[in-house]
Amino acid sequence: MIHHRSDPVLEEIIEITSQDPSQCYQCGKCSAGCPVRDFINTPPNRVVRYVQLGFYDEALNSQTPWLCAGCMTCTSRCPQNFELAKFMDAVRQVALKRGIKPDKKVYKFHKAFLAQVEKHGRSFELGMVRDYKLSTGDFFQDMDLAPETLMKGKMNLTPGNIKNKEAIKKIFRNVEEKK
Amino acid sequence: MEYGYYPGCSLEGTAKEFDKSLKEVLTKLNCGLKEIEDWSCCGASSAHITSHLLSVALPVRNLLLAEKQGLNDVVAPCAACFSRLLSSQKEMKLDEKTRMKVEDLMEEKFSNGIQIFNLIQLFQKIGLDKIKEAKKVDLGDLKAACYYGCLLVRPAEIVNFDDEEDPKTMEEVVKAAGVQTVDWNYKTECCGASHSIAHTDIVEKLSKKILDDAVSHGADVIIAACPMCHSNLDMRQKNIIKHNPDHKVIPVLYLSQLVGIALGISYKNLGLNLHYINPIPAVENRIKREAVV
Repeated sequence: MIHHRSDPVLEEIIEITSQDPSQCYQCGKCSAGCPVRDFINTPPNRVVRYVQLGFYDEALNSQTPWLCAGCMTCTSRCPQNFELAKFMDAVRQVALKRGIKPDKKVYKFHKAFLAQVEKHGRSFELGMVRDYKLSTGDFFQDMDLAPETLMKGKMNLTPGNIKNKEAIKKIFRNVEEKK
Repeated sequence: MEYGYYPGCSLEGTAKEFDKSLKEVLTKLNCGLKEIEDWSCCGASSAHITSHLLSVALPVRNLLLAEKQGLNDVVAPCAACFSRLLSSQKEMKLDEKTRMKVEDLMEEKFSNGIQIFNLIQLFQKIGLDKIKEAKKVDLGDLKAACYYGCLLVRPAEIVNFDDEEDPKTMEEVVKAAGVQTVDWNYKTECCGASHSIAHTDIVEKLSKKILDDAVSHGADVIIAACPMCHSNLDMRQKNIIKHNPDHKVIPVLYLSQLVGIALGISYKNLGLNLHYINPIPAVENRIKREAVV
């Protein structure tokens, strides 16, 4: 095979996904059915190709894994049973570990979401939107939907805290340590 | 009959009408739900985007709680929660290293004995005949496009449910409620999921294709079983209307709401007033009044 087992990026991807990217024979069926294909420059199968050939910078800096919607269409259609959505997760995680965030908005959204989960044990939509807006500076997005959303009571004004918040904090803490 | 219940965060917030309508319907069908005590978030898309371990550990906490409570069958109406709970079960079963790490982290052994199922499977368990028998309102002229989205049916080796390219089980539930279904192309296409906030433009484009296809196949309403899909097709339809003046509006109902209407539950108790695109006129237009009991 072209890649070398000593490549840390490849090793980490294999560790996370329990599958070898060389399994992919580049038929392109994943890219043909990808719903976000119109919005990305690099088709999903090419990100796999980058990793197969050892072009890790290209793979880790690609926006494709960050715009992957996790719809699983590629995973379910792959003739090689290569779990591509899982591969995309792994590429993102490996990039993040190296401080690479090719799509700041997606990163900030998920960070804001998880911060609420870590704090309250459950997602708190209002707090998440507030943190996201503070981090992106985009205060006016969706302001037109806000009155109706609040009027209908669809967004809770206070977080739904769980009782054992310490258990969640511990999970987050331990995951951080095991990285 | 009582089933374990994992509502998930959305059903307490933006999708509270999903929770409300489901409970109303189950009461009519003489079923109850027992919520997993002190359940926490499954991590949704955010966890598996950032950390593999976190994405397995967060669902596992809930499965452990369910085990302790003696709940064997747990319904997760949110398609994303359903998918995350099942994925973590699969990881814990097949990936020895992950299982050891997670058990070590949780300081507990995991027996992996809980059966997780979605809303359609819940109706199958209860029996579609029960819905037919309890039907009070004749919606015979209403045409519904059943929208499965992604995570209810994909990937097959995780959900082990229906056909991942052309599922038909939701149609069976809808027909049991006395409603016609349309044949259409976008029943398993992605709405853009969690990009709703960070890339609203993508969600608008993908959702518009889904909405347009349902309309062009003669549907009066779209039926969804996922809070994320619902929010993208319903709330984001407001943006779509703003950016496409000639957009043909179509309301989106949760499957539990549609069944609830057929069972004669009031619109208010089903939370139909909580949608951004008001579904009541489309429903009212099609009800056969003389048949209302």
